[in-house]
Amino acid sequence: MTISIDPQKTNNKSLQPKGWLRYFSFSLDHKVIGIQYLVCGFLFYLIGGTLASAIRIELASPMSDFMPRDVYNQVLTLHGTIMIFLWIVPVVNGAFGNYLIPFYVGARDMAFPRLNAVAFWLIPPSGLMLVASYFVEGAAQAGWTAYPPLSITTPQSGQIIWILSVLLLGGSSIFGGINFIATIIKLRRPGLKLMQLPMYCWAMLGTSLLVVLSTPVLAGTLILLSFDIIANTGFFNPVLGGNVVVYQHLFWFYSHPAVYIMVLPAFGLVSEILPVHARKPLFGYTTMVFSIMGIVVLGLVVWAHHMFTSGTPPWMRLFFTIATAFIAVPTGIKFFNWVATLWGGKISINSAMLFSCGFIINFVFGGITGVALAQVPFDIHVHDTYFVVAHFHYIVYGGTVFIIFSSIYHWFPKVTGKMLNEKFGILHFIITFIGFNLCFAPQHWLGLNGMPRRVAEYDPQFQFINQISSIGALLMAISTIPFLINIFLSVRNGKDAGDNPWNALTPEWLTSSPPPVENWEEEAPLVEEPYGYGKQFSEQK
Amino acid sequence: MLNKNIYLILLISLVFAISFWIGTNVNLLPAEASINAPIYDELFKILFIIGLIIFIGMTMAVIYSLFKFRKRNDQIGDGIALEGNLSLEIIWTIIPSIIVLLIGLYSYNIYDRMGGMKELNHNHEMISSNSKKIWAGISQTSDNEISKNNLSIEVSAMQFAFLFNYPKGKFISGELHVPVDQKVSMKMESKDVIHAFWVPEFRIKQDIIPGQPTVLNFTPTKVGKYPIICAELCGPYHGGMRASIIVEEESDYNDWFNKNKKTEVNL
Ligand code: HEM
Ligand SMILES: [Cu+2]
Ligand SMILES: [Cu+2]
Repeated sequence: MTISIDPQKTNNKSLQPKGWLRYFSFSLDHKVIGIQYLVCGFLFYLIGGTLASAIRIELASPMSDFMPRDVYNQVLTLHGTIMIFLWIVPVVNGAFGNYLIPFYVGARDMAFPRLNAVAFWLIPPSGLMLVASYFVEGAAQAGWTAYPPLSITTPQSGQIIWILSVLLLGGSSIFGGINFIATIIKLRRPGLKLMQLPMYCWAMLGTSLLVVLSTPVLAGTLILLSFDIIANTGFFNPVLGGNVVVYQHLFWFYSHPAVYIMVLPAFGLVSEILPVHARKPLFGYTTMVFSIMGIVVLGLVVWAHHMFTSGTPPWMRLFFTIATAFIAVPTGIKFFNWVATLWGGKISINSAMLFSCGFIINFVFGGITGVALAQVPFDIHVHDTYFVVAHFHYIVYGGTVFIIFSSIYHWFPKVTGKMLNEKFGILHFIITFIGFNLCFAPQHWLGLNGMPRRVAEYDPQFQFINQISSIGALLMAISTIPFLINIFLSVRNGKDAGDNPWNALTPEWLTSSPPPVENWEEEAPLVEEPYGYGKQFSEQK
Repeated sequence: MLNKNIYLILLISLVFAISFWIGTNVNLLPAEASINAPIYDELFKILFIIGLIIFIGMTMAVIYSLFKFRKRNDQIGDGIALEGNLSLEIIWTIIPSIIVLLIGLYSYNIYDRMGGMKELNHNHEMISSNSKKIWAGISQTSDNEISKNNLSIEVSAMQFAFLFNYPKGKFISGELHVPVDQKVSMKMESKDVIHAFWVPEFRIKQDIIPGQPTVLNFTPTKVGKYPIICAELCGPYHGGMRASIIVEEESDYNDWFNKNKKTEVNL
């Protein structure tokens, strides 16, 4: 079967508004949609970050004094849901995927531009609906995992809106995933082989497979949950003979892969950034590709490590321990390859490079605690404690968010034609790095010593460590200020970037900055060696 | 070249030495108060040391590269066009695989010693509600052992309290009293949502799941009072859902038990 896709036919771009107004239109241009994803995601990140600060203010003292206990649980639920479904997933997939993938495959747009626009435009309304659900009577307060029976027995209206909005956001990411797969497989410029694609394409191929395979399971699960809530069915309600552990299996079948949906694209992005600023080829391209696929396969079979204390049978615990721990192997390969990419390079120490190196260090730390958590006996003690909170923030914040910032510093000149200010950038990095580690490193100790997660009040002996953590969170909040100033100043009066300020070899840099509507004035260039540093370039000079 | 290798070996030994020193001298865990705890801590120590070696090694490699290979002002051009190295790739696939496998086997062994791998045999004499499947918590024992054991306690969890029922004494307590050095079997049931039973000093935790009674066994080894913490989000007062476990000498326990026992029922 052949599908022929011709974006020109479906896409009449001359009718689109020009200038900044186009970002507020139903544009079909993948670059506009990418930026829409990014800006929209960032706005939600500011909301989610404000909620995180509220949580950390509450936790600066052992009593529940800053907000009522049920409000705390609502804020916590909203924070987790926003950060995952409205910030990380849309940005590392939607924003960068849309902006970069057509360039990387040598296309003028995504395979299905209209579907693409629809995928994006699902997000602002469902996100606003989610935020608004906080203000209805009885907002969702069962955590972002929404485990029944708690999610069935707490007040209902907020929980129902929560489900609806997560369903819509899941739909958006399925549309996006289908589009990425089709674009990478079908729209490749003639002559471009799969093994010549920039690594981010492989990462997005892997991620999109995970999205397409696992998100529908989440959707189905949440629909069943909503039946339990609205129609009094008994799928998960033990009072009616339902089984709550089945929900956990179904939920984690999506939500474990969701972690990889958040980090694999980041792995792809860092693979683009490091070679450029280290001026060296990406080390071990082939093993990098295979390790992505290894992570996809293993990622699908490890979900029950979230359920070691849920009464799973012993053999199951054993299997899931080994499978989980083995993800460390392909992941480790990637990290060794990145360090080898740096080794012997001519490294520019700039904001993009610093955030990427910060990512490596933080993620290695989070990965090590991850391998520890994979061991059942270890997990049993720290499951559902602050140790886990620390571990996953090392992954999602120290990993993915660091890479989002790194990518913004790297691609800002492409998108705007202006450079970002490096002094602000390095200041931003330093405050973020210190704040982040101050906030989350001490939480490992809290978890080991008896502080459960998702609590508004805690044993007073933990107050001092919690205060350090809260100070770290404050620094992280402050760190967004130099970043925002930098963006606003540079968009207006930044230095002109030229088309290719980093002398990079990947295709997006071989067109003007910002790129023209259909990406290339002429035919798309054929880039056979996207990482050919030390070869082509030294010859040209 | 030889010199360089010697430095490398020295450096690696130093990283190992530092990690061993930290791993054995820095204690991140609370007191050990059950037979599970020292076994758990053994695993923790190993994981801590291996983790430190990897973390320190990787961090040093990154920071060293940033210094050593940074672009000096006058430099132009690129780094070396090194695209891969098969033997390196094989080494750093095989060694981590072996480490991961060894850790997995070791933690299996630990888990087995904690009693986690024992299958529950389905002999329902002991259990009051006959048809329900009993789920395995850590530290299983056979039903036979349980029935020989005098210390079987029924735990019910509800929003937002734990209640401890001593069937032999026909009384209910809000505090869990147990004698030191004796195996305790608990059958746990939830009345509403999911809760979890966690005693950090014992290194055990088990979810208490509505509709799924669970058995959890442990043997306390140190006299004292320890917190019992609910570790599963169970509603607004989840953070306040705590109780205490009091581990005491057998005679003290018997005094407490006899004081609470409903004697008239036994007559
Ligand atoms: C901006 C800095 C951030 C701070 C200070 C912060 C802080 C916190 C805190 C204190 C909690 C409560 C932990 C608990 O009791 O379980 C939490 C939960 C959570 N956070 Fe963050 N967080 C931040 C960023 C992020 C990011 C970027 C993500 C991305 C995915 C994220 C995802 C989550 C999730 C999923 C939860 C669990 C919510 C739940 O238990 O339902 N956070 N965060
Ligand atoms: Cu509880
Ligand atoms: Cu609780």
